[in-house]
Order: sequence, then C-alpha cells, then structure tokens
Amino acid sequence: MAAGATYVPIATQTLGSSATSVTFSSILGTYTDLILISFAQGQASGGDNRLVLQFNGDTSTNYSTTYLYGNGTSAMSARDSNRGQVDNVTQIGDSGSSSFSPFIHHIMNYANTTTYKTILQRGNDAGDTTTAYRQVGTSVSLWRSTSAITSIVIKGLGGNSSSGFSAGSTFTLYGISAA
Amino acid sequence: MPILGVIDSGKSGHLAPATGFYSIATQTVGSGGAVSVTFSSIPSTYTHLQIRAIARDGNSSQDGFWLRFNGDSTSGNYYWHELYGNGSSALAYAEAPSTVNFAGQIPSSSQASQIMGASIVDILDYSNVNKAKTIRALGGFDGNGSGQIGLLSGAWNNGNAAISSILIQNSAGVNFSQYTQFALYGIK
Repeated sequence: MAAGATYVPIATQTLGSSATSVTFSSILGTYTDLILISFAQGQASGGDNRLVLQFNGDTSTNYSTTYLYGNGTSAMSARDSNRGQVDNVTQIGDSGSSSFSPFIHHIMNYANTTTYKTILQRGNDAGDTTTAYRQVGTSVSLWRSTSAITSIVIKGLGGNSSSGFSAGSTFTLYGISAA
Repeated sequence: MPILGVIDSGKSGHLAPATGFYSIATQTVGSGGAVSVTFSSIPSTYTHLQIRAIARDGNSSQDGFWLRFNGDSTSGNYYWHELYGNGSSALAYAEAPSTVNFAGQIPSSSQASQIMGASIVDILDYSNVNKAKTIRALGGFDGNGSGQIGLLSGAWNNGNAAISSILIQNSAGVNFSQYTQFALYGIK
C-alpha cells in the first residue's frame, strides 16, 4: 500500500474587520474531499447568528439538511428541505461577546460530476448570549448538483438576513486526496 | 463586503503542507456493485486510521455498512452504540454484543440515483496490542425530505490484536452501488 501525505491547507482567511461573507474561489479539483474549519462570530443583534454555505454561486433551493442536536436539556432532530444554502447546525457566537463558535464542514467528493454533494457538519455555540442558542450538534446536508464545487461562499446571517461576521473570525480550507 | 480567501491549490510556499495525515488506499465500487470491500496488509506505522466514505445501497430499504477486523466474526467481540436523528426525533440504539461494528447509514436505491451517504470513521490506536480497539463515526445522508444523521461508537475486543485488515460490508448483505468509495488514511 503506497501512502502519501495529504490534508493540505489550501487557503485561510482571518477577518481584520467585519465582513458579510468570505469566499474561497478557483478551488482546484485535485483533492477528494474538502474540509472547512471555521471559528466565527456573527454581527447580528439578538443572538440568532448563523453561518451558512453556498456553492458555485447557487442561491436556488437546491440544498437540504438533516440535524441532530442538543441544548443541554433534550436531544432533538429536525430537517430543512428545498433551502437556498447549507444551513447551520447551531447558531454562532454574538458580536459584543468574547464567544466564537467552531464549525467543521466535510465536503465529500466535491469534484465529482456524477453525484450530488453530501456535506457532514459539526458545530456548537456554547457561549451564546442567548441561553436557548447554547447548543451542540451535527448534521448532514445535500446539494442537489452534479457540478464540481469550485467556489464556496460562507455567509453570516442574522436570522435569514445578511449581517456578517465579526473581526477575528477565521476560515481555513483543507484538501484531502485519496490514494 | 465579501472577502476573498487566499487560494493557492496550485502555488507552492503559501501554506505549509500537512505531514501527519496519509492516504493509504482507496476502494471504489464499479458498475456491477459489490457487497463488500477489504483493506488488507494495513501497515502498523500510523497511530490512528480514518476511513472516509461515500456510499449508496443497491437495496430498496435503507441500510448501512459495518466493519469487521482481521476476519473476526465472533459474537461478543464487538459492541456498538448509535445516537441518531431522522429529521423528527433523536434516537439511540445499540448492539452489544455484536459480530460487527456498525459505521453509518446510507441511502437506499429508492432515493434519487445521485444521492450518496457519507461517513467518517476513526479507528484509534489500531496497532496497539495492549488495548481493545475503539472506533467512532459520524455519518448519514440527506434526501431532501428524508435522511438520517448519526454518531456512532464501537469496540472490538479480541485479545488486543493489532488491526491489519478491515472488511467493510453492506449491513443488508446486498451490493453497494456504483460510485461507492471507501478511502483509508493513516494519521501519525
């Protein structure tokens, strides 16, 4: 069995000031999976800060997600179908606090042009200023497209409205190549 | 305003390459399907193993896939637990003892043909001969109105043997569909 080093950092972005979104573009198709690791805080007031993804500029209702999460009291599951983005499994930290939220998205077999794309997500929002948003969870999402993913937009939402990410939020994209 | 990330896939010297994560082997199912795949002669030179899978069932009922190590099918040598969500409820399930370690749900053939499940399986300290082996997995699929996501854990206790081969099989004993892929990685 031949082995080769992989898990290659492709690009990283640390926000020096707030931004509505972060884009990774011109992603080459040379890897098998992509891993996006985010450590982010949102700009919306009221606590409902969200981190969502869109691929290749597609804002149509081609996305869906099944969730498993807990809020400290109960374990729950939910589903969103025919959505315009890969939705967040939990909220993220709020502007004005020191809380940032870690998210990891595994974007599987992103460059293949035969199947739809499946995304595994883990995230938590342990330090949210709103108690009800202090959750941990995982989810699986589907993007109903056979196109290879060449760009990823990461958007910061407040509820369903654009609000952005705080300065200091970090986003790093890695590539993994199978043998 | 939008911020463009610094992209390099084609440049050198931008971000340092990773050195601790190695691709070992990949099994891809062809047009005829396959009920199982095997990784054998796994070197013991890594600390942990990871399997990254996309998979789909040839069966019309929803199934999954399981792992068996070193050809061991002894009931009582395997234990596994699952916490999963089906879009409406969070549920738990276990098989202890078992003859396998379950490692993920996959979509059935009744789902749109382009839908694949995904699973990431970590096999910890796989070559240590002083410990029972433990696995954990995150996996599931979404079918835009159906689907399942789960967290799994499993144990294999067979005299603390080092893992040198892994059999991956459809839990219903039917074929995995074409384009199913299992990629094995070693982590130092």
